[in-house]
Amino acid sequence: MALTPVRTINNLIKNTTPSLYHVAARANSWWSGVEMGPPDAILGVTEAFKRDTNPKKMNLGVGAYRDDSGKPFVLPSVRKAEELILSQKLDKEYLPISGNAEFCKKAIGLALGDDHPALTDGLNVTVQGISGTGALRIGSTFLSKFFPGPKTVWLPAPTWGNHVPIFKHVNMDVQQYRYYDPNTCGFNFTGALEDIRKIPENSLIMLHACAHNPTGVDPKDEHWDELSKVIKERKLLPFFDMAYQGFASGDVAKDAYAVRKFLADGHKICLSQSFSKNMGLYGERAGAFSIICNDKDEAARVLSQVKILIRPLYSNPPLHGSRIVATILNTPELHSIWLNDVKGIIFPSSKQFNMAERCEGHNFSLFLNSSIWLNDVKGMADRIIAMRSKLKANLEKEGSVRNWTHITEQIGMFCFTGMTPQQVEKLTKEHSVYLTKDGRISVAGIASTNVDYLAHAMHQVTK
Amino acid sequence: MASSRFCEVQQAPPIEVFAVSKAFTDSTHEKKVNLSVGAYRTDEGKPWVLPVVRKVEQELAADNTLNHEYLPILGLEAFSTAAAKMLLGATHPAITGGRVTAVQTLSGTGGLRVAAEFLGRVLKYNTAYHSAPTWGNHNLIFKQAGFTNIAPYRYWDGGKRGLNFDGMIEDLSNAPENSVIILHACAHNPTGVDPTQEQWKKIADVMEKRKLFPLFDSAYQGFASGDLDNDAWAVRYFAERGFEMMGTQSFSKNFGLYNERIGNLMVVVKDTACIVPMKSQLTLLVRGSYSNPPCHGARIVSRVLNDPALFEEWKGCIRTMSGRIIEMRKGLRERLEKLGTPGTWDHITAQIGMFSFTGLTAAQAKHIADKYHIFLLSSGRINMCGITTGNIDHVAEAINDAVCNITN
Repeated sequence: MALTPVRTINNLIKNTTPSLYHVAARANSWWSGVEMGPPDAILGVTEAFKRDTNPKKMNLGVGAYRDDSGKPFVLPSVRKAEELILSQKLDKEYLPISGNAEFCKKAIGLALGDDHPALTDGLNVTVQGISGTGALRIGSTFLSKFFPGPKTVWLPAPTWGNHVPIFKHVNMDVQQYRYYDPNTCGFNFTGALEDIRKIPENSLIMLHACAHNPTGVDPKDEHWDELSKVIKERKLLPFFDMAYQGFASGDVAKDAYAVRKFLADGHKICLSQSFSKNMGLYGERAGAFSIICNDKDEAARVLSQVKILIRPLYSNPPLHGSRIVATILNTPELHSIWLNDVKGIIFPSSKQFNMAERCEGHNFSLFLNSSIWLNDVKGMADRIIAMRSKLKANLEKEGSVRNWTHITEQIGMFCFTGMTPQQVEKLTKEHSVYLTKDGRISVAGIASTNVDYLAHAMHQVTK
Repeated sequence: MASSRFCEVQQAPPIEVFAVSKAFTDSTHEKKVNLSVGAYRTDEGKPWVLPVVRKVEQELAADNTLNHEYLPILGLEAFSTAAAKMLLGATHPAITGGRVTAVQTLSGTGGLRVAAEFLGRVLKYNTAYHSAPTWGNHNLIFKQAGFTNIAPYRYWDGGKRGLNFDGMIEDLSNAPENSVIILHACAHNPTGVDPTQEQWKKIADVMEKRKLFPLFDSAYQGFASGDLDNDAWAVRYFAERGFEMMGTQSFSKNFGLYNERIGNLMVVVKDTACIVPMKSQLTLLVRGSYSNPPCHGARIVSRVLNDPALFEEWKGCIRTMSGRIIEMRKGLRERLEKLGTPGTWDHITAQIGMFSFTGLTAAQAKHIADKYHIFLLSSGRINMCGITTGNIDHVAEAINDAVCNITN
């Protein structure tokens, strides 16, 4: 094929002066101005972990649940739901822009309670989102366009790193209110109230519903009651990010206390939900975004605008994950199994009880009444709580004189250890323990086989 | 009670294709036909889950080594690489030269959005051109991504019911440097009219001269002619010409995986050193939008594209779908000509892919919907897949009636 003039010149340069060729190529290129972007703080940790060849290495970076062998855990309730779905041989037609209707109904029902008056009155707009991130992005996009107050979101300090770009990408500003107290490794209640009282009226405030990420520090119920009052006084719009319902305490109702209290107090909230952690559906991207409106008419108008924003993002959401969630939440046996999966003890490997038996209706009351049988959700939460205890105990055994009570007081997947960036760097370099610079560890990444190694390593860098 | 923050929110206009589809669903007429939304239907008028897809789903479900962990931000690499090879051809010099990179996206829409965000936010382009007409969402996507100047280039010639080639060339010749030009790789939506190879060469000439940026939207590879290589000719030609360009791929139609949102964004660069910084920027865009893409659809497509036997099986499925469409095109044209319907109807068979721009007016479309409960878009676009041997006579009759009796 004949060479075009540009290619002839380039080939000439390439053969005579290679470096000049590259300069010329770059000058000819559309992309020569593209700067290298900063690596993601959290996902970059996993990349570094993968490159490490130390057999004792631990990945405490990204928040994904691991079982006691350090392996990803596919919930039994999820496997069963997938079998059911496969047997139904359903089609693959486009979902509506707003997503899988059954999923949306069950998702918001899980958050508020299925028979919450806001739902029976049709006051909610609930749409499926690409997991929690996607739900937040639908929210930020809608708010950036339609929120009548200041185009600023008030985030707790610290917060999940990705909250910032989710709002900045839609040209909103971000501000912070005090949240974490590094002195107590606990909740800075007074500081939070002080700062919230100063937020301009009619602003937007983001709250983590439970299992705060990255600190693991949650307000107590009484704190939430007070926060609700103050937020109401300031006429703020609360946007709850609930990514760990069920996963924090093991009890889905308990973990939704703040959301439900705020609604009871008359707030009209925004809510994003993720099923990545509590159903282990990380890669299937199942999430939901909701707005509680004044009346049905407003809900209809708001929904129409939300759909206009989703269409140019990705048209309509993926089905697979949402179908699994809807199947579990709609099938009582699976729902119960799921609750146990999340809360409870790992399924005994003795094979006394198999999957079929667990799901058979006639065995079910036996199943429920048996103290041995705890569900998938309870299983996960309980394992995490156990790891917290073991870590603290081992640190004390190592002879550490630091106060580590926050390890067992904090809740959910993460623990803000209180280690400094320098200590974190040492922990990674010298012990191959990978975590984020802010000292956050994913407790889910700890196993009974390496909790003592971790305690030893942490003691070495903090003594 | 304080008035709501959202009381000023106006009802948004409905998106036509979904509104029309809803009208079809709501209709109780026994002979109703849906010619609106772009999804394949069998000759029984049913959705078709490709047998090779069901087979792979069974395999995936039985594979206990698989879990639901997060994919990387830029998706399943095995999928993206295979998809890019499918579009450009595995032995294309751009691929063998390492100058192609690709990332998994939320189907075609998601790919276009990521492309638009990158071109707009990172390269700071602000001008985009799309064909007149084009898929309704193109404009909205670029607008939402921050492009301030979005304009049409002439494309559809209503008079001759074909391509307004001279108009297209003229408009491209007047486009400012660095304009993003959205091109349909094949099976143009909504018209079904594609440029010939000679015309593509001239389009490339103008775009090279004016330094315009090609963004190919490839949503129907294989689905148009039944042949993957045929349908990718334009994309491959541009890459061979030395253009830097982007191509978005959708697997909604050719894999029938509409609701799993599986797509790819392919970038061809001149200098391989640009790839790493570019991917880092794409990573930031994706992270702030949805963190990482869904894995189910990616696994299915990756399995098929990377397994020779499954790949052959899938190619058979594509031939089935495109074959049926071509049959329906022939049949519709024959019937209209037999009925003596005024006007010429060879564009029905000259056009290619899922859609046909019939030339019907909005009033005629409304008449057809009201009287015959056959639902199409007000632009006159019909989805050929909605036609079956069972309803083709009825559809021809309706079109004939509208053309004869509705003149405004």
